[in-house]
Amino acid sequence: MSLTAEEVLHIAHLARIALTGADVERFTPQLSGILAHFATLAAVDTEGVEPTAHPLPLSNVMRADFVAPSLTQAEVLANAPVREDGFFRVRAVLE
Amino acid sequence: MTDLWRLTAHEAHEKLRAREISAVELTESILARVERVEPRVHAYITLTPELALEQAKDADARFAAGTATPLTGIPVGVKDLIVTKGVRTTAASKILENFVPPYDSHVYAQLRRAGAVMVGKANMDEFAMGSSTEHSAFGPSHNPWDTRLVPGGSSGGSAAAVAAGECLVALGSDTGGSIRQPASLCGNVGFDPTYGRVSRYGIIAFGSSLDQVGPIGRDVEDVTTMLDCISGHDPRDSTSNPEPVADLRHYLGRDVRGLRVGVPKEYFIEGMEPGVTARIEESLALLEGLGCIVDRDLSLPSTEHALAVYYIIAPSEASANLARYDGVKYGFSDHSGGSMWADMEATRAHGFGAEVKRRIMLGTYALSAGYYDAYYLKAQKVRTLINREFEAAFQKYDVIVTPTSPTVAFPIGAKVDDPFAMYLNDVYTLPASVAGLPALSVPCGLSAGLPVGLQIIGNFFDEPRIVQVAHAFERACGFANRVAEL
Repeated sequence: MSLTAEEVLHIAHLARIALTGADVERFTPQLSGILAHFATLAAVDTEGVEPTAHPLPLSNVMRADFVAPSLTQAEVLANAPVREDGFFRVRAVLE
Repeated sequence: MTDLWRLTAHEAHEKLRAREISAVELTESILARVERVEPRVHAYITLTPELALEQAKDADARFAAGTATPLTGIPVGVKDLIVTKGVRTTAASKILENFVPPYDSHVYAQLRRAGAVMVGKANMDEFAMGSSTEHSAFGPSHNPWDTRLVPGGSSGGSAAAVAAGECLVALGSDTGGSIRQPASLCGNVGFDPTYGRVSRYGIIAFGSSLDQVGPIGRDVEDVTTMLDCISGHDPRDSTSNPEPVADLRHYLGRDVRGLRVGVPKEYFIEGMEPGVTARIEESLALLEGLGCIVDRDLSLPSTEHALAVYYIIAPSEASANLARYDGVKYGFSDHSGGSMWADMEATRAHGFGAEVKRRIMLGTYALSAGYYDAYYLKAQKVRTLINREFEAAFQKYDVIVTPTSPTVAFPIGAKVDDPFAMYLNDVYTLPASVAGLPALSVPCGLSAGLPVGLQIIGNFFDEPRIVQVAHAFERACGFANRVAEL
């Protein structure tokens, strides 16, 4: 499995990571090389085999719905890069 | 007593209990050792000496009041992806360089409750992605046995700190080998418990169906004590398991006669260092000498696929988990983009290191339209096959024994530019991780002067059997509590 530079740029766009030309040159062969090693899986017979998402069969874990103390607004915002009037400040989503 | 840092945690506990030493004296000895060797080891990202001395004073008060536990006053290192309230927690990433958590992780809260003393936050590969600690935004850690070599990873700082005498015992985390492999390379004991045994609440996420916290220490007794402290159900982690927790210390010093040990053929592969092979063969003979029934006829044919399965599933989960680093709520933020999306792309481009970007992209690709079935879904199905083989094996065997790593510690820089060569370090630790099984690495001797680890894999929640075998083996092998002189 060999990736093209365009595919690497597309993946990076999906992952919201800006890449420089040098990044693309470096990552394209590295990612292609890793994917080539994964090709062996295609030959494994998994007909009728259920996928495993989690090692142990816990499902629908519920907890009681009760009111408990949570972090204060100041604590939640303490690490925010930009805050204003008790909110996280972001750039306009719709220009 | 000047060399208190040489003690194991249980030896230190005996002296603390007998009031031969104080917790403040023990902590001061560790802090002096840190001052002397840390410039050469770089085991920590953040040191917390004032906090440590404060906690040590509290510990002495608990000994006076008779409320001490086996970990009261014990200096510990804490991997820097374990969230600690008020103490910077970075996951070794620039993107969290200034992150000060507003809450405690479950495991750190347990350590505090037990009265442990935190020396600092241990170095690691960024977001636990790596096997050498070279992928840290704060620079690599060095192996205390030879500082030109890597300590392994991703919990390399935790293992190096334990081996260098910069703490007595440490917490690491294991996703595909990140506790066991560095423990092996630094001559420590490392214990990755059953998935769900220890709460992941407050653990910075990498691969959520694989991540597990566990201890690294100088002997089996110390990791047993530490695991007892952090194990148990926590409703704040929905994958935390409600299975009852055994008192693991109860399984120390027990006879292992008649226990059935399976040795899978597939773990003796080309590329394994001759010195490692030799130590493992001697270890198997030692186990036989202890009365174990060692069977070399075990075959786990899907072992060869565990690497591909892991390196599809873990990056896929990581690509989702790391989507939260958008430069808005916390962490590094780059506002140079000029628009919301461009800022986010710049934040992630400049906040993440190369290996993290590679894994996010691999995972994004494996989950993307048109490739999901061929990669992610296929990997999950092969994961089922791996699980079934272990399940069948544990019908016949009490434990499965393998090498922990195909090699001893390697030079810094040797594999950092070849991602796949780095991934191969985990070839023996990945299968148990994929299955969610508990596994421990215990030192079994030296190859070319460097430590070799023996891996003991147990059935789900059968930590007791692992402790029993590991402790008996350690006693017979005579390799425990080796601190590197430096």
